[in-house]
Amino acid sequence: MTIPAIEGQKLCKKYGDTLAVNEIDFSIAAGSIIGLLGGNGAGKTTTIGMIMSLVTPTSGSVRVFGADMSKEPYRVLHRMNFESPYVDLPHRLTVRQNLKVFGMLYGVAGIDERISSLASDLALTEFIDRPAGKLSAGQKTRVALAKSLVNDPDLLVLDEPTASLDPDTADWIRGHLERYQSRKNATILLASHNMGEVERLCDRVIMMKRGDIVDDGSPSQLLARYGRQNLEEVFLDVARGRREPLPEKEAAS
Amino acid sequence: MSETAIALSPQRIGAMVLRHWYLLRSSWPRLLELIYWPAVQMVMWGFLQIGVAAKPGALATTVSTFLAAFLLWDILFRGQLGYTMSFLEEMWSRNMPNLMISPLRPVEFVIALMVMSIVRLAVGLVPVTIMAMIFFGYNFWGLGFALAAFFANLLLTSWAVGMFCSGLVLRNGLGAEGLAWSLMFILLPLACVYYPVSTLPDWLQPVAWALPPTAVFEGMRALVIEQTFRLDLMLWALGLNFLWITAGAVSLAWLLGEARKAGSFLQIGE
Repeated sequence: MTIPAIEGQKLCKKYGDTLAVNEIDFSIAAGSIIGLLGGNGAGKTTTIGMIMSLVTPTSGSVRVFGADMSKEPYRVLHRMNFESPYVDLPHRLTVRQNLKVFGMLYGVAGIDERISSLASDLALTEFIDRPAGKLSAGQKTRVALAKSLVNDPDLLVLDEPTASLDPDTADWIRGHLERYQSRKNATILLASHNMGEVERLCDRVIMMKRGDIVDDGSPSQLLARYGRQNLEEVFLDVARGRREPLPEKEAAS
Repeated sequence: MSETAIALSPQRIGAMVLRHWYLLRSSWPRLLELIYWPAVQMVMWGFLQIGVAAKPGALATTVSTFLAAFLLWDILFRGQLGYTMSFLEEMWSRNMPNLMISPLRPVEFVIALMVMSIVRLAVGLVPVTIMAMIFFGYNFWGLGFALAAFFANLLLTSWAVGMFCSGLVLRNGLGAEGLAWSLMFILLPLACVYYPVSTLPDWLQPVAWALPPTAVFEGMRALVIEQTFRLDLMLWALGLNFLWITAGAVSLAWLLGEARKAGSFLQIGE
């Protein structure tokens, strides 16, 4: 039996009396791109936190490549990485220094060659010796992406990877992610509020609301299920509770 | 965590040391800050010694103990600050989640912070001791082997306090940052830095003796005033430090666990 890339079982997180994630079950196959959608407070970030071992579940478990992330994260952390615009790299270190430090942390062999390769792939060469704090938003995102790819991860978790980017840069990032996934057959978990991005990249979408998984399917299945033209409309239906999914037969027709 | 959580990687420790070395090298205010306060205080105490030494009597020896006490206190204070500052740099730069999701084990992170506290201490203290020698003829290094014993004990205490402070900041966010700066000063009156333990009221003396630095400062006074190296005091300090380091490590591990439960890493910087 193939081990799922990520598997949540009755995964639950409470902060005091606030229920952030409500005993959710899910399984994500290796080699897929999964979108995690939901409004603010839906539980996406907490779920990602538990997947990355940053947050301890109140009950239930989440496994990554078979490793329970609250008990044995170091079995698999070297195979994972994470990128978010809400997490920074040290500002005073140059891009090269940052990548070298993270390359060492992940035990990357041939770090200098790896940095050159990333610099070439992500167009960092021009500013590779500039402090990370002096880069534009687009450049910072590319550097953060380079950091998240430094260990050639089997699982890449991205929290709004194109937030606050101009359409050109955002499109360029999406293209790079597609190429990476295709080359590596990596699993990518993507939390995003950009529905176009999710529609373009994801094989499957998990929709969350108030800590629960409220729907799950491929973008085309979701469009058919809600009778909508795009995922943004589906998102609004789910977020505002204004339309229930159509019955299976009707959706199929 | 599984047993692999305690497997050490020199490369990962080296990576963290390198990360902070890059930072230190790139920032002259940080370098200046390391040297500034020890230098200012050394000058102040040095002039005091000169003034007092001009008068005959036992006061000159007393001032020598003051100067040694000041330099040893600085090892304790800056050792803790060096540890905690390197840690706070990760919080300030919002880099902590990146480290926590990397294969870097907490124990490796702690060792890297310890190494950086020695580096920061060396950058700050070595030039100042040389200045003390050049300008005031006070040879701090003349304490010899005893200095190594004092240094090791003070550094161990500073790391124990540093571990506790960093745990508090991890759990409570940068709101607890002030503690990192001020906590060590609680020890200043109780550890009898500038006066013997016998100066304290009887009821407070057991509290003083429960602090590892107290034995170091008593040992320093025995060395400077009586030219006697008190091995018993150093062993007492070492035994206490073992307990303190254990308590620091346990508190850090507990606070790290609490931070994970509270989701603190998702709100870094707040």
